[in-house]
Amino acid sequence: MHSEDIRKILAEHGRLLVSADKLSDESDLYEAGLTSLSTVNVMLALEEHFDVEFLDHMLGRKTFGSIRTLSQAIEQLAPATPAAAGRPAQELRA
Amino acid sequence: MNLARRSIQPAAARDSSFAALLDKVHVIGREAIAPLAEEVDRDARFPREAFDALKAEKLLSAYIPAEYGGMGLSVGEIARLCEALGQYCASTAMIFAMHQIQVACIVHHGLSTAFFRDYAREIAARQHLVASATTEMGIGGDTRSSICAVKVVDNYFMLEKQAPVISYGSYADAILVTCRRCEDAPRNDQVMVLVRQDDCTLKQLSVWDTLGFRGTCSPGFELKSIGKSEQIFPVPYGEIHAQTQHPVAHILWASLWVGLAGDAMNRARQMVRGEARKNPGVTPISATRLAEADLVYTSLRGLVSATLNEYEAMLEENDVEAFSHFGFVVRVNNLKLSASQMVLDVVTRAMVICGIQGYRNDSKLTLGRHLRDAMGASLMVNNDRILSQNATMHVGLREAS
Repeated sequence: MHSEDIRKILAEHGRLLVSADKLSDESDLYEAGLTSLSTVNVMLALEEHFDVEFLDHMLGRKTFGSIRTLSQAIEQLAPATPAAAGRPAQELRA
Repeated sequence: MNLARRSIQPAAARDSSFAALLDKVHVIGREAIAPLAEEVDRDARFPREAFDALKAEKLLSAYIPAEYGGMGLSVGEIARLCEALGQYCASTAMIFAMHQIQVACIVHHGLSTAFFRDYAREIAARQHLVASATTEMGIGGDTRSSICAVKVVDNYFMLEKQAPVISYGSYADAILVTCRRCEDAPRNDQVMVLVRQDDCTLKQLSVWDTLGFRGTCSPGFELKSIGKSEQIFPVPYGEIHAQTQHPVAHILWASLWVGLAGDAMNRARQMVRGEARKNPGVTPISATRLAEADLVYTSLRGLVSATLNEYEAMLEENDVEAFSHFGFVVRVNNLKLSASQMVLDVVTRAMVICGIQGYRNDSKLTLGRHLRDAMGASLMVNNDRILSQNATMHVGLREAS
């Protein structure tokens, strides 16, 4: 699980209306103020941090609904590009 | 979402009965709407006669499923009706379109509860006109945020909203109002509430004196209402917005713009034919201009129909997630952005073709009202805000879709 990193990114980029510290892994992020447009910024920050690329169809409630679903999505995502293999973030995850 | 096929008629019978209905709408357009369009526009008054005629034909329940007493038409058929009305009076067509958008919200998202099933029957029986109050003072035009919140105590709700615009608010039987779900909900955690005119006070805050769409009578209001909590929609507004209100609004608005542009084209065509008759054998220069204008008009029609087809296919599929995909949301926004500019382009071209006859207010080829209405298309729900939403979504999209 990447809960703590995701929580930090949400605090910085999610434009949430409640403090990210108060969110449990299951809290509904949209109820906490996440909007479909702010998911873009969260996604970009997650991509940068975890060195992954989200698929277009993942930009929705199923993936961005909670810290847990985001964490699961990040775990499932393959390395963004072959060139990314071997980067530190990649080694960390392996 | 209740998207089950609403007609059990064979396709051919359905087509011919819809064609007959469309003919009736054109008769209403010629006889009850067109003769008063100039007055409605000049006096910025509600097109009462038009709605009396539309109600007499039960057209306000056109999208209500037959089992609740309506006609059970499809979104595409409603779009054709909006287009037809747009040829006679864009304000009338706009009010009709906005009403059908609200009806679609009830039909797609309300019918799981007894209250909304009964209200659907009531719309059909009494031909109720339904308005909406989605924007709010202090928010700007972002319909996905609210300041006001609904208060629920026991089985009753209380709601107050400062609305900068409620189109035909004074003439509606009910208003669909967006608000926060409860006092401590964030701005985007919204619900929609059906507020009956009888249970609410509307204090008019401003005057609707605009360049175009004057007959929509859309001033600001302070709305205060009390009612039963069953009048709150059973699903979050976010779902209603994504699956119905946003796409249906842009499809129906663009459809009535097609009608408005079509009437401008017809006036230009009359001008061209008049000139051609004066000089048989010589194709006038204005005919070339007409052929050019037709390129834009044809593209406009194609754009509307492409978006409509995609939306109707999605309704069939009933994949509720798909309505929130950025690709689809961007395409719906693109329809608004492009169509609103194309309608103005077509009318401007028609004006050039008609020349002084289009420019005069007292000629039968006058295009002043068309031009003023067409300008509103990009300003009512501002294109720049939509474009900036699209810009953000494009950053999030890896591939063109």
